[in-house]
Amino acid sequence: MAKESSFKNMVITLSVICFICSALLGVVYSVTKAPIEAAELAKINNAIKAVVPECNNNPSEEMMKVEGSVVYPAKMDGTIVGYAIKVNTSGFGGPIQIMVGFKADGTIYNTAVISHSETPGLGAKISDEIPTRTQIVGKNPAFSNLTVTKDGGEIDAITASTVTSRAFLKGVDTAHKVFVELQKQQ
Amino acid sequence: MGKLKLIIDGIIKNNPTFVLILGMCPTLGTTTSALNGMGMGLATLFVLVLSNMTISAIAKLIPEQVRIPSYIVVIAAFVTIVQLLLQAYLPSLYETLGIFIPLIVVNCIVLGRAEAYANKNSVIDSACDGIGVGLGFTIALTILGFVRELLGSGSIFGWKFIQGDGILAFILAPGAFIVLAYLIVLFRTVTAKKA
Amino acid sequence: MEYIIIIISAVFVNNIVLSQFLGICPFLGVSQKVNTALGMSAAVTFVMALSTLATYLLQYYVLVPLGIEFLQTVSFILVIAGLVQMVEIILKKISPALYQALGIFLPLITTNCCVLGVALLVVNNEFTFGSDPHMLNLGQSVVYTVACALGYGLAITLFAGIREQLDLNNIPKVFRGVPIALIVTGIMAMAFIGFAGIV
Repeated sequence: MAKESSFKNMVITLSVICFICSALLGVVYSVTKAPIEAAELAKINNAIKAVVPECNNNPSEEMMKVEGSVVYPAKMDGTIVGYAIKVNTSGFGGPIQIMVGFKADGTIYNTAVISHSETPGLGAKISDEIPTRTQIVGKNPAFSNLTVTKDGGEIDAITASTVTSRAFLKGVDTAHKVFVELQKQQ
Repeated sequence: MGKLKLIIDGIIKNNPTFVLILGMCPTLGTTTSALNGMGMGLATLFVLVLSNMTISAIAKLIPEQVRIPSYIVVIAAFVTIVQLLLQAYLPSLYETLGIFIPLIVVNCIVLGRAEAYANKNSVIDSACDGIGVGLGFTIALTILGFVRELLGSGSIFGWKFIQGDGILAFILAPGAFIVLAYLIVLFRTVTAKKA
Repeated sequence: MEYIIIIISAVFVNNIVLSQFLGICPFLGVSQKVNTALGMSAAVTFVMALSTLATYLLQYYVLVPLGIEFLQTVSFILVIAGLVQMVEIILKKISPALYQALGIFLPLITTNCCVLGVALLVVNNEFTFGSDPHMLNLGQSVVYTVACALGYGLAITLFAGIREQLDLNNIPKVFRGVPIALIVTGIMAMAFIGFAGIV
C-alpha cells in the first residue's frame, strides 16, 4: 500500500525523486554534450561547404564577427576565394537562419538555409532548389535589384509565400552589406 | 498470451488517438509527413514504456498526496533524456518536432497510463501496456501523417511522385483537424462491424 | 506599436489552438457550454500569465547562469504544477466566489499543454515582431502570454457557441462527438488562416 501522506514522508519522497532525476539527467547531458556540439558544427560546416568555392582551409576555425554577423572566410593556399556569411532574418513563422556565400569579386556563389520554421508546403520550400534561390546565384547585389518582382525587383517569389521570399532576400541583402564592410576593412 | 493481448488492446481497443482521443496536440501538430508522425510516435513510445515501468516499480513508495507531482517529475526526466538523445543523434528530426518533444510531458496519454494502469500493475505488465498504447499512438500518427503527406504534398514517405503542389490545405492546420476526424469515423465504422 | 503587433499576431494569426495545436484536449473537453468555456479561459489566462512570469525568471536568473538548461523541462513543469496548487489554495482563502467559478478547472490546467507550451515558446524562440529577430523581454513576454491566452479564450468560446447549436442537429451516428467537433475546428482554422495577411 502507498505510504502514509505525512508531511515528512511527502517532502522526503519528492526530494529523493527530484535528486535522482537530476543526477540521471546530468549523466545523460554530459554523455550527449559532445555529439550535440558535433552535430551543430557539422551543420554549419555543411552549409559553408555548399556556399563557397573550393577551398583548402577550415573556414569555421577562422570565423570572425563583422557588423554583428558571423563570417567564415574560405581560402585556397592562403588567398581568399570567398566568404560564407551567416545571417538571421524574420520569416513568416519565425526566424530564418541562412548562409550566403560570396566569391571574392562580390557575386553570390550560393546560398543555404540553416534553419527555419516556415509553413510546410509553402514557405518551407525556401530550403529547396527553387527559382528564388537559384536566380540570385552568379549575381552581384551591388549591380542587380535582388527583390521580388512585386517590389519591382528581378526575382520570382515562391508562390503564395511572398513574406518568406522577401525575408530570404532581405537576409541576402544584410549579408551583402556585411560583405561590403569586409571589403572596406581590407 | 496475456502479454500479447495487453499489447493488442493498446493498439485497437484502447487506441489513444482513435478511441480515447488523448494526446491531440502532438497528433495534429507533428503529422505533416508520415516520417514526422512516426518519429513523434516512437519518441512517445519510448517515454511511455520507461515511465510506465519506473512508476509501477516505485508506486508503493510514494505517499498518496504527492503522487501526481512525483509521476510528472519522473516523466519529465525521461522526456529530457529523449530530447537530449534526439538532439545528439537525430538533429533534423529534433528540429522538425521542435516544441512538441518537451510537450510529451503534458501529453495526457503518458500521465493517463501511469494513473490508470502502471501504479496498480506489475512492472512487466506495465511495460507491455506502454508498448501497446505507444504502438497504437505511433500507428495512428503515421497513418495521419501518411494521408496528409499524400494529399498535401503528393509524396509517400518523402518519395515524391506528383510534381508540383498537392492540396496545401491538408498540410496546413485545417487539414490536420479534418483528416483526423475522418480517420476516427473510419476507425469507428471498421471496429463496429467486427464487434 | 510593437505591443499591438504582438497581440494581433498571438490572438489571430498564430492562434495557439487553431494554428499552433496547443491545448487541444481541454479545447475539445470543456467546450460543451459557453459558460464553462469562459470559466476555463479565465483560469487559463490567469495561470498562464503567472507561470510565464515565473518560468521566465527561472530561465534567465537560475538555469542560464548555472548552465543547467537541460533541467528546463523538469523545472518548468514543477513550477507550473506548484503554481497551480498555490493559486488554488490562495483563491480558496481569499475569494471563495472566484474559487467556485474557476476551482474545477484548476487541476486540469497542469496538464494543459498550452501553459507549458507558451512558457517554452517564450524562452526558447526568437520572435520576429518588428524588423529583427530578438528574444522577448519580460514585459513583452507577459503581453504575449496574455494575448495567447485571449486567443485561446476566443477560439474555445466561439467553438462552444457552435457546439451548443450542433447538439440540436441530427448528425450521422459515427460523426457524433469528437469527429464533428474536429471538422468544425478545421473549418474554424481555415477561417483563421485568412488573418495571415494582416501582420
